[in-house]
Parts: sequence; structure tokens; C-alpha cells
Amino acid sequence: MEQYTLLRQFADSWMLLALFAFFIGVILWVFRPGASKSYSDTANIPFRHQDKPATSKEARQ
Amino acid sequence: MSNYIKLIALGLIALFAAMGINFARDLAYQVHAVIVLFVAGGLFIWTLRKTDEPGKTINLSGEYMDGVIRYGVIATAFWGVVGFLVGTFIAFQLAFPGLNFEWAQGVANFGRLRPLHTSAVIFAFGGNALIATSFYVVQRTSAARLWGGNLAWFVFWGYQLFIVLAATGYLLGGTQSKEYAEPEWYVDLWLTIVWVAYLAVFLGTIIKRKEPHIYVANWFYLSFIVTVAMLHVVNNLTIPVSIWGSKSVIVWAGVQDAMTQWWYGHNAVGFFLTAGFLGMMYYFIPKQAERPVFSYKLSIIHFWALIFIYIWAGPHHLHYTALPDWASTLGMVFSVVLWMPSWGGMINGLMTLSGAWDKLRTDPIIRMMVISVGFYGMSTFEGPMMSIRAVNSLSHYTDWTIGHVHSGALGWNGMITFGALYFLVPVLWKRDRLFSLKLVNYHFWLATIGIVLYASSMWVTGIMEGLMWREVDANGFLVNSFADTVAAKFPMYVVRGLGGVLYLTGAIIMCYNLWMTVRKAPAKEASLSVAVPAE
Repeated sequence: MEQYTLLRQFADSWMLLALFAFFIGVILWVFRPGASKSYSDTANIPFRHQDKPATSKEARQ
Repeated sequence: MSNYIKLIALGLIALFAAMGINFARDLAYQVHAVIVLFVAGGLFIWTLRKTDEPGKTINLSGEYMDGVIRYGVIATAFWGVVGFLVGTFIAFQLAFPGLNFEWAQGVANFGRLRPLHTSAVIFAFGGNALIATSFYVVQRTSAARLWGGNLAWFVFWGYQLFIVLAATGYLLGGTQSKEYAEPEWYVDLWLTIVWVAYLAVFLGTIIKRKEPHIYVANWFYLSFIVTVAMLHVVNNLTIPVSIWGSKSVIVWAGVQDAMTQWWYGHNAVGFFLTAGFLGMMYYFIPKQAERPVFSYKLSIIHFWALIFIYIWAGPHHLHYTALPDWASTLGMVFSVVLWMPSWGGMINGLMTLSGAWDKLRTDPIIRMMVISVGFYGMSTFEGPMMSIRAVNSLSHYTDWTIGHVHSGALGWNGMITFGALYFLVPVLWKRDRLFSLKLVNYHFWLATIGIVLYASSMWVTGIMEGLMWREVDANGFLVNSFADTVAAKFPMYVVRGLGGVLYLTGAIIMCYNLWMTVRKAPAKEASLSVAVPAE
């Protein structure tokens, strides 16, 4: 098969499906149980360590 | 030891540049060789003078690297004023062609200055703003010092050299005639090196972060850096005619070249002017409003939706061309779908203020950020609408497009950058507050009225022009000549120029205010910089 047709067909089918599935997966992942708690912590990152980097002791792992 | 390697490299570059001056096949290349010779020669002497000095080994990991950000802030303000000034001048050149002075033909006529304006505002003003704020944000949200030591300085100065080479090249005719990608092959190569260093610094800092999560602003900045690298490399795959000349030839031609160019061009808008600046929005609006972003979940969906959809929207620049119909339909559909993530982001930015709307009255900086998000919403509605083929048949090639671009660039990119600069200068120079909030207020109104004059005059003239071009008489002949439309546009061109004057005045007031903040505003007391309490 000609290269263009091959790539075109792949892009139209499996790649499209994969990208779409990934996107749906992201949305489902965002609404996973316990997400709100973890995200409220993440959303507050800008309000920490304004003046200097965290020392390794403070590092939140 | 590393100094000896540097000296050898700089010496070779200087030698090559000197040969370039001698063998140059065109003026732009020759002038660039002179610039490179001076830069490499100057760095050679500078390095030579500090060779064999004992190296200082101070452990700086307990501090953020803010020096390079301070330079970035200054460069942003400086290039901003230069870019706005050139833009205002060329706006008047269009209204009054006499401003294309006879003595400056071939250097300062509209055709030469126009790419200078677009690159100065997008890449010099916007690019410096993005580099400076990304360095600031990635350090604060990773709780780590910039990775790579002086590499960040290389990124800053290397980027300034790119700007100078690009700008002088345009004036002297060194352009490959691709919109927003005008620099010739050797300038492109240099930018690639600088950009890879930028990616390394940014990614290195993220990798050594002390926070377990990567804050959403960094996702946007990272997608901006990675995508711009990809776009830049693919759209500039050219073969130089000679290593002693600036002319190069792209490896593909015709409609493939056009499609690659607008895949690049629209994603420069999508990832340089949108994703990067959204990174700014997601950090500076919460900081200035002193509350976390409205919905972190929405910000994640916003991110993935935006980058999944933007990349396909380019073909809407090529409606009614040799591009196959299916491709331009694809571009159109994705542009319309793009409306949703854009407005999702706008809502997220605006609603961050929910519960703090009173700040709009008291804080002109937050007002600036909010109107910027408002303009983002407006231009991301206008854009999808204009990408629809039927609307595009009226709007394309008219001033409506220019109005659209400027409501996005002046409104969204400009205003969010001004807000970030007003936030950053007191923090970076350790001042208690800005010199004058009243001047911020003046800036806000001058800029806003300037944009309104600009956008509305361009709507009027664009739609008028589009209608005049398609007007036919009873026998099917075109009614208007091209010169008729040019003559009819004169009043709107003057209004547009005045809008530019207002916007430029606001930016100059900002520079004065920032300068006085550094010089005169009371210093911040050390005791005030305490850690934020745990939530």
C-alpha cells in the first residue's frame, strides 16, 4: 500500500481512537475518588515556598 | 579547564564570523557576521580576563535564581515599548503613505517594518515575558532553584541575540517570507540551540522539584516549550544556498509548504500566545487574588482539551486555496470545537475571583488580569467564528483579521503580561509595594480604550472592505477597484493609529512606574517574608 494511504488510514482509525480514549481517560481520571482532596492541596502550591526553595527536610513526598 | 574550551570555541566562532564578513553574499548576512564577530570577540575577552581566577563555590541551592528573571522583566518592558512603537508607526504609515520616507526606502518602509513589529511584540515582548515568568513560576511551584546554573543566563542572552539578529535581518531584507517565521536559516539554528537549553533548564527544575505534584501552570509552560520546538524545527527545514549567504530553500513546496507554514503559524498562536500565557494566568491570577484557582479539575481538562484540539486548527488559514477541502473542513471543525476549552479556561480564570470580586474595585492589577481573560474569551469566540468557511470568505485578507489578532494580542497577551510585571517587580526587587497604583489605573484605562479603538475600527474597515470587494453590479462586474477600498479605509486607519498611541502611552507609563518602584518604593522588611501557614 502507498505510504500516504497507509498513514492516512491509520490516522483516521486507530490513532484517532487512541487519542480519543486517552482524552476520555483523562476526564475519568480527574473525577476519580479522592481527587478533590489531592487537587485542593495541589491548587495551593503557589502559596507555599514564595521566598526560598524547600529544604530536603520540608520536601513533601 | 572549561574556560579553555570556551575560549577555543569563541575564537573559532569569531574567526568564522570574520570570514563571513569577507565572503558574505548579501548585506543581511554581512551585518549579522559583524554582530556575531563582536559578540564572540567580546565574550572571548571577557572569558579570557577571568580565566585562572579561583572559581567561587558558594552553595546557592537555598535561594531562588532571580537575577535572570529581573533581566527578563527589564527586557520584556523594553521590547514591549519598542514593538508597540514600531506598530504605531506602521499603523500611521498605512494611513499616511508619506511616512514611507524616500530616503529610508528598502529599510524602513512598511514591508520591512511590519515583520519587525510582529516579531518584536510576539517573540521579543511575549517571548521574554514567557521565559521570565516561566523561570519564576517553575521555581516557586517546584520549591527548587533553577536547574543548570548559568544555563539560564545563556537562555536569556542567547534569546536576546536571536531577537537582534532577527530584527536587523528583517530591516536588511534577510527573510524567508514565512509569517512569524521570517528569520533565515542560521538564526533558526541559533534559536534551536537556545530553545533546547531553555527546555533543559525548565525540565531540569521540574525533575528536581520538592513538591510531589507538578502545578498546572508548569504543564502549560512545558507544552509551550515542547510544541514551539517541534513547530520551529519542522517549519524551518531549509537547505541554505551557501553557508556565506542568508538565502535558503525549504525542502517542500507549494501547498505542502503552505500547510506546514499555517500548521506552524496557528500553533504559534495556540502554544506561544495561548498555552504559555495560560501558564501565566494559572499562577499570577491566583497569586494576585490570594485564592487558589477556581477548579483544579477544570484546569486539567482545559489543558488536555486545548492541546489536543489546537494542533489541528491550522488549515482554517487556507480556506479557498489549493488545500484539499477535507483538510480545510478539518481545520474549521477543530477551530469551532476549540471554542469550548478556551472558554473553560476563561471561566476558570474569572471564577478564581469568586468571593473576591470586590478586589476589582480596589486593585487595578487584578482588574488588568481580569480584562485580559475577558479579551481572551472574546477573541477565542471571534476566532472560531471567523474560521467558518462562509464567514472567512468575507473576513479573509481584510482588516478584520488584523483586528482579531490585536484584540487577542493587545488584550489577552499584553494585559496579562502587564499584570504579571506589576506583580513581579515589587517581589523581585524586594519592594513593599508598587510606586503608584494610580498610574496602574491610568495604564489600565489607556490600554483598554486603545484596544477598543483598535478592534472596533478594524471591524468596521474589515467588514466594509470585504463587502466592497465582493460587490458586483447588475451585469456581474466588480463595482470597486482595490484603490477604492484603500481610500474608504482612511478614517478607520487614523482611529486605529490613535488606539495604538493610547496603548503605547500606557506602556510607557508602566515603564516609568516600574522604574520608580525599583528606585523609590519603600523596601520590604525582611521580617515580613515569613512562610505561609500550612492549610
